Amino acid sequence: MKVAITSTGNTPESELDQRFGRCECFVIYDTETNSIEFIPNPNKDALEGAGPASVQIVASRGVEKVISGEFGIKVKSLFDSLKIQMIVIKEPEKKIIEIIDMLNKQ
Amino acid sequence: MFRIAVASGKGGTGKTFVAVNIFQSLIKSGLDAVLVDCDAEAPNAAAFFTKKLTGTIAVTQLVPVIDESKCVYCAKCHEYCNYNSIFILPPVKIIKVIVDLCHGCGACSVACNYGAISEKPDSLGTVSLFSEKDRVSIIESRMDIGVMSAVPVIKAAIKQIDPGTGIAILDSPPGTSCPFIETVATADFVILVTEPTPFGLSDLRQSVETLRSIDKPSGVIINRAGLGNNAVRDYVDRQEIPLLMEIPFSKKTAEIYSEGKILAGTDPAFAGSLVSMVQNIIKDHGNSSYKR
Repeated sequence: MKVAITSTGNTPESELDQRFGRCECFVIYDTETNSIEFIPNPNKDALEGAGPASVQIVASRGVEKVISGEFGIKVKSLFDSLKIQMIVIKEPEKKIIEIIDMLNKQ
Repeated sequence: MFRIAVASGKGGTGKTFVAVNIFQSLIKSGLDAVLVDCDAEAPNAAAFFTKKLTGTIAVTQLVPVIDESKCVYCAKCHEYCNYNSIFILPPVKIIKVIVDLCHGCGACSVACNYGAISEKPDSLGTVSLFSEKDRVSIIESRMDIGVMSAVPVIKAAIKQIDPGTGIAILDSPPGTSCPFIETVATADFVILVTEPTPFGLSDLRQSVETLRSIDKPSGVIINRAGLGNNAVRDYVDRQEIPLLMEIPFSKKTAEIYSEGKILAGTDPAFAGSLVSMVQNIIKDHGNSSYKR
């Protein structure tokens, strides 16, 4: 299963980005192959509609879950209709590697 | 016709107070005037008058409707859209219009080569016309709740001004962003209402700089004069901006306003000074370059 995590940087030591649509970087983690892919977010400085455009990025990678600090209203309805689960982690200091460890323990 | 916008960077400095009082004073002295409430987010100028609602105009924009039976998921519409309002996942054949983000530009329907995009009107707000003796005297713009930009509704309200009217008073939205620009851009002169506080000064400065960048003549009214400090006065002097009037801070004025009454209606001296202020503005700027 693929999971998208919003990240403040492009290393596993980077912290979780609290914003979804305007995060610095998306991490696509595959729980079966343990592969990690970092995608710089082209929408982080978008004037409008960063959220839906970012949904398009993660959804096109075939993720089933998305982890971030917060999801906006336009994003929520899109993820719901795509049957992609949103997971909110309200711990800004959480590192990407720690989140991946949590996923692996599940 | 001469158009005067009443604006301010900061909210709550007394734009509507000034606009309503100018309008009332002009009408009472027999001049031909119309009041346009361009503060589409929170219009309230009409509340001070008992005029008859004689017409409403629905303001809409065209948004795309996608016929999924004709769509080939080529994503060209998505590429043409500058506002991220078309969501598309070609591999799983999902396409959605996010109406909240749409600016109604129509680029997507131009992009589509398969006739899959048609357009339908989506409500943005209402323009209300209030009349007296068969003549529209107040025009109010009011945007729908949840609509992103007030600009189309403001534009529609300004369009309703009869070009034969002598003087149009435009009550501008606060701030210095697009709704403000839309309002002041059509004016021949801008009255900036401010207050003698650090907030008033900070936002006045932004307004002055914005108006200078679009070559719009302006003057300042300091409302609630006597409160705060002299910094606004010093700034206006230093920048050589005409100080049109100082309205002293008075509990009485606030009380009259809070009861929905118009000060100029009970204070002929105040009404008279507003009329002569407007007449002087028109005298000095009557040959303004702005033409609709």
